[in-house]
Amino acid sequence: MSEMERAHIAPVRIGSVDERILTERQERVVNQRRDVLFTVEDLTVSYAGVPALKNVSLDIYKNFITAFIGPSGCGKSTFIRCFNRMNDLIPTAAVQGTVRYHGADLYAKDVDPVEVRKRIGMVFQKPNPFPKSIYDNVAFGPRILHMRGSLDERVERALRHAALWDEVKNRLKASALSLSGGQQQRLCIARCLAVEPDVILMDEPASALDPISTTAIEDLMHDLKQEYAIVIVTHNMQQAARVADMTAFFSVEVDQERDHRTGILVEYDTTPTIFTQPADKRTEGYVTGRFG
Amino acid sequence: MSAHTLDLKNRATGDKIRGRLFYALLLVSVTVGFVLLGTLLVDVFRKGLPFVDGILLTEPPSAVPERAGARPAILGTIYIMGLLLVMAVPIGVGTAIYLEEYANREKWYNRLLELNIQNLAAVPSIVYGILGLAFLVRGLGLGRVTLAGAMILTLLVLPIVIVASREAIRAVPDSIRQGAYALGATQWQTISRQVLPAAIPGIATGSILALARAIGETAPLILVGALTYVAFDPTILGPFTALPIQIYQWIARPQEDFRLLAAAAIIVLLVILLTMNAFAIWLRNRYQRRW
Repeated sequence: MSEMERAHIAPVRIGSVDERILTERQERVVNQRRDVLFTVEDLTVSYAGVPALKNVSLDIYKNFITAFIGPSGCGKSTFIRCFNRMNDLIPTAAVQGTVRYHGADLYAKDVDPVEVRKRIGMVFQKPNPFPKSIYDNVAFGPRILHMRGSLDERVERALRHAALWDEVKNRLKASALSLSGGQQQRLCIARCLAVEPDVILMDEPASALDPISTTAIEDLMHDLKQEYAIVIVTHNMQQAARVADMTAFFSVEVDQERDHRTGILVEYDTTPTIFTQPADKRTEGYVTGRFG
Repeated sequence: MSAHTLDLKNRATGDKIRGRLFYALLLVSVTVGFVLLGTLLVDVFRKGLPFVDGILLTEPPSAVPERAGARPAILGTIYIMGLLLVMAVPIGVGTAIYLEEYANREKWYNRLLELNIQNLAAVPSIVYGILGLAFLVRGLGLGRVTLAGAMILTLLVLPIVIVASREAIRAVPDSIRQGAYALGATQWQTISRQVLPAAIPGIATGSILALARAIGETAPLILVGALTYVAFDPTILGPFTALPIQIYQWIARPQEDFRLLAAAAIIVLLVILLTMNAFAIWLRNRYQRRW
């Protein structure tokens, strides 16, 4: 039985995390080789001049699942969107600091965000399949990127990888909107895998899903991290405890005078450490449910 | 049991009476509209239907009512529709794409553009006619030709096409754009492969309704110089007439028979109009999407 399956039988509860699972994971995470994929240095993101997130520095590793947790408004979604330059789509957003990806500055002047997004995939909070067939949804990426090789094979591989193939193989021409919410989200993951990215960013990928679909997505993440780096934003602490190797806890700093709420990174460590021996009082308060 | 007895009886209170009065008022409005339209239609069909025949559709007008047809007018209307389609739709949709997907609302010239479009929609059609006469017919020296008529009708319906297209484009949820961008699509790929296909039903419906509006326009065409009596088939760069003009001309004739012919031509125009509207409704229902 894999660790994931056991985690589902004995789910981690806030405040009384299952020690055995976390101890095992701690050993593995601490001993696992760490290849730095992203290096974030002193990152500040502002919307219309108001900082939404400030002075964040951390490293993200290959073959790790890294979770960002924290209360609403702590800037974790803003932060994850810095890794594929999705914040560029918001005209008032401004990013300061550096995000290095394989050593290259993603925000250098000559960097094309389109090139960045080809390599760094993203799955959104609400499943957002295109209003096209299941096949066309997955084929969209390879088509626009003019990828070589058989499209049919690529679509099948992506759907198999996203654990959706068996459910849809007989109705690839059906509308993607006819799928259930959980299937739609796995389709979005397949769509993302079809362009063979390096990293998958997931912005609360299971928050709109039922528990069974959530389990399916979490299992999938566990499989995917063998090949990809996964970064996940989640509201759900149990989810972070179940799936993540590393966890970053964000909090909100309120500027009473100007009525600004700014996200800050409080603590970043291995998931077991964050959930059992956090160094910061604020983290402890949050993971034990005393502070929301 | 408590001493208080539950009273759920229906009573006529002031609020309820006001509600019923309002309902009655609405019924009256609806009835007035239907009765007027119905009377008009019945009258037109009763008079005109016997005259809707091969002669009306295939013969040019004539001084003899029995031999008079509306062939040049029908052809003129078809030409104008065709020209309108190739001019108004691309320009209108292009403007809508620009305003929705590219324009930065912070810039003054984009706001000016929007203000202008809103105002253009409210300009009376006769003013467009005067513009057409001064600018197209005389200024550009196009002359009193089909193309000039179509161009002026293009200007007239452009705001309608733009507004309808913008709404259709805006109705495409942002999550679709984000999904495409996140896969490494460029802005143009996102627009051409996701946004536009999803917006096409709305754009098509709006465009057809705009054409339907143009088909009944008379005033600007008269000013641009549509002829009231054309005994030959119109061409794009030649003199022309259109169905509303033909109807107008026949109604103005003293002989009763021409008035009946006018009724017949109105039926033809109505059939074209209703067909277009029905097609628009069908399109809308067929491709309606719920996100």
